[in-house]
Amino acid sequence: MNIIVVGCGKIGKVLLYSLAKENHNVTAIDSDDRVIEAVRNGYDVMTYCGNGTSYEVLKKARVGSCDLFIAVTASDELNMLSCFAAKRMGAKYTVARIRNPENNNSSLDFMKQQLELSLTINPEQLAAQAIYNSLKLPAAAKLETFSRDQLEMIELIIKPDSPLDGVPLKDLKKKHKGQYLICAVMRNENVIIPKGDFALKSGDRIGLIVAEDDLNGTLDILGVPHKKIKQTMIIGAGITSRYLAKILLKHRIGVKIIDSDAKVCEKVCEQLPSKVTVIHGNAMSQDLLTEEGLPSADALVALTGMDEENILISYYAMSQSVTKTVTKVNQDELLSVAEKLGLDSLISPRKVTADAIVKYARALENTLDNQIETLYSVMGGNAEALEFKVIADSGLTHVPLKEMKLKKGVLIAGIIRAKEAIIPGGDDVILPEDKVVIISAGSQIFELSDIIQ
Amino acid sequence: MNYRLIFNLLGKVLLLEAVLLVLPLITSFVYLEFNSAMAFGITVGGALGLGLLLTFLVKPKKHQHMYAKEGLIITALAWVAVSLVGSLPFVISREIPSFLDALFEIVSGFTTTGASVLSDVESLSHGMLFWRSFSHWIGGMGVLVFVLVFVNRNDRSMHILRAEMPGPTVDKLVPKAKNTAFILYGIYIVLTLSLAIMLVCGDMNFFEALLHAFGTAGTGGFGIKNSSIADYSSYSQWVIAIFMLLFGVNFNLYFLLILRKFSNVFRNTELWVYICVVVASVTVITLNIYKQCESVAEAVKHSTFQIASIMSTTGYSTADFNQWPALSKGILFTLMFTGGCAGSTSGGFKLTRVIILFKKIGNDLKKALHPRTATVVKINGEKISEETTSGVTSYLAIYVLIFFAVFIILSIDPRVPAEGALETNFSAAASAFNNIGPGFSAVGPTCNFGFYSPVSKIVLIFAMLLGRLEIYPILASLSPTTWFKR
Repeated sequence: MNIIVVGCGKIGKVLLYSLAKENHNVTAIDSDDRVIEAVRNGYDVMTYCGNGTSYEVLKKARVGSCDLFIAVTASDELNMLSCFAAKRMGAKYTVARIRNPENNNSSLDFMKQQLELSLTINPEQLAAQAIYNSLKLPAAAKLETFSRDQLEMIELIIKPDSPLDGVPLKDLKKKHKGQYLICAVMRNENVIIPKGDFALKSGDRIGLIVAEDDLNGTLDILGVPHKKIKQTMIIGAGITSRYLAKILLKHRIGVKIIDSDAKVCEKVCEQLPSKVTVIHGNAMSQDLLTEEGLPSADALVALTGMDEENILISYYAMSQSVTKTVTKVNQDELLSVAEKLGLDSLISPRKVTADAIVKYARALENTLDNQIETLYSVMGGNAEALEFKVIADSGLTHVPLKEMKLKKGVLIAGIIRAKEAIIPGGDDVILPEDKVVIISAGSQIFELSDIIQ
Repeated sequence: MNYRLIFNLLGKVLLLEAVLLVLPLITSFVYLEFNSAMAFGITVGGALGLGLLLTFLVKPKKHQHMYAKEGLIITALAWVAVSLVGSLPFVISREIPSFLDALFEIVSGFTTTGASVLSDVESLSHGMLFWRSFSHWIGGMGVLVFVLVFVNRNDRSMHILRAEMPGPTVDKLVPKAKNTAFILYGIYIVLTLSLAIMLVCGDMNFFEALLHAFGTAGTGGFGIKNSSIADYSSYSQWVIAIFMLLFGVNFNLYFLLILRKFSNVFRNTELWVYICVVVASVTVITLNIYKQCESVAEAVKHSTFQIASIMSTTGYSTADFNQWPALSKGILFTLMFTGGCAGSTSGGFKLTRVIILFKKIGNDLKKALHPRTATVVKINGEKISEETTSGVTSYLAIYVLIFFAVFIILSIDPRVPAEGALETNFSAAASAFNNIGPGFSAVGPTCNFGFYSPVSKIVLIFAMLLGRLEIYPILASLSPTTWFKR
């Protein structure tokens, strides 16, 4: 596909990288010639320097023949305007980043309709949703849901005292029957799709697919605690924090927000219901955290603008035996450092956003036969979990799974039929109208038929 | 430093060379030259073995990227490796018995210089002649650019494209580096084939036409006759002259023509400067030499051919310009340095750089008169970044420095004929460094480089590689900080 990306900031660059890797023809536009120079040298894309709303620049970048136009500059208005111009000049689909909370109610729908935007992206809201997902099950490093929560994929890190340490998978399955499947294991930065004789080790990061109804039972079997979170402490009162607070309140979880800027604190009080406690103070002060009841909080979410501060605060909270810490880390370089410190739930808003747009791009490319419903990048970005809807009668239906020749590193991890979630065995078959969950380490899957050799 | 990635890619380059060597092998069989066929066979086997070994044993690690440094080093190493392997057929078949001479010949081929150490070209077998000219064609567009067409490494292959393609900046034609390489080679092949067809229509046979098309397309200049192009008909000479000029034009312009963006081509500054320089020099030289020629038409033909040959850094000749008056020789000598357009197969300093320098000088002059003026350098109506302009100025400095270093070392050589030694060495250095081929005096169009001592030949080999790869890749790989952790 021909894709144009306007704005090469943090999110723009991740997008350029992922879209070029997906083999799209990508063109980047930015008004800063230094940024453009860096992009030209670092990414396999075409570059133009100029304003993304200008007719001339857009014409030069050949908007007329572009399939997907993505505007992710820092300004909402600029994004809307350039998407509008692109649409009028012949771009097929347009995606704009619109982040200002004031835009995100009925006025957003109005704008979206009037400007004929195909999709609007709000990175802060996406990040807040992802954080809430990981708070749902504190013991998991990450939790993703498929098909309206019917099937869940949980990433767990095996602790040294875990009953799973050293257990081969087939023994585990023999001991405990149930609708669950260990679909991927990450050891030393390599992702493996494990076979029956694979033995787990402490330090492994495992991906567990489990049906929603069996979730608690399975976690009991595996010795994973699943206490619900009741009280969270959020550090930093940025836009993401406000979205997160709203979601948490909706699920009846107590929220306490700490920020060092008095004006910001005031604004948060104004915008959020009074149930939220807002504290004005420096969260780097351990005294303050203790005073505000850090040890009794179930979870701490560090969302300040500084990656370093977030990592340090979370690390301190972990040492104070807070059950769950979620850390926002924007810089790639710091992600691995944070992982080494033992922080497991790391959120990178730009990766979350890029995932959403890449998924959208892939869905556009799909044939009508099977559509991508969801796409998650899992196992620290080394594997993908996809959900397809099987519409027509393709060559894959009615064939027992054990007779399918799957590509290396690909696994059919779940089938959702009507309202029933199935963890498939060798004798199961895919039927039309099913939803299929695929785990892929290594190869990129664009269509359901990509999974066979 | 990512050694695994470098050696893996190097393996692929050798595999490509092995495949390309099959063509001269077939040629040898066609002409029943079994001695050279055996030489090519052994070389193909060796390159294939080494290439497979490197490609399959040295696997690059996952999650490792290529950076600018790896791009430069791969380029330098690939060119050295390709040259070393490429010289083997000459040595094995004993047609050029000395290894150094064979290396000189093939480096001259790959760098599209066209300077020869052979006094009697016509004694070479058809297979060897084919390989010599074919090396021009491969080196003209670039070895690694060719590999890029086949290898799917889409992350940062831009660094390779940048290191191997001549010019101050590299513009991609389409978003993907791989597709850009594909289009460039497509244009290159179409132009080469049309030239070969036009030459077959003249007085050349198929073999001669193909070899001259290779030499012209890569702007190389290896002839297959001792008299270069002089003995062919006027028709062939005009066709070659025009195509030499065409291959000196930025290939991006041909792509714009295909896209029917005629106004962009028409408004290209470099193209206009190129046309003006050619027309002006042809006029002056014609006026200067018509007394020596039989007719004015003859004078126009000779001056056009020689200008096209020198400016596109090809190095074919139809007349012995050593015998021309001082003004004509002076113009030819100056054009040796400017070279053709950036993004073409020609060598030299490149016209874009000259244009940027002149505009920069104009701006500085303006600044001297009005100290508060704000200035930018613009080409084709677009701003040239400050880094690019200062890059061009420092490139000029290092370019001059290396040229004089080569010249001084050549001057030490006692084997250079005493008469006109200064002219010989000066033009030999210029000709090798700018990838042209012939020079003046003892290295003139009717002579060769055979008399130089081994040390001088090694220096000239380096000069040719430095000139083709535009200095930095070779310098980077000679710098100790690249290889050792400090």
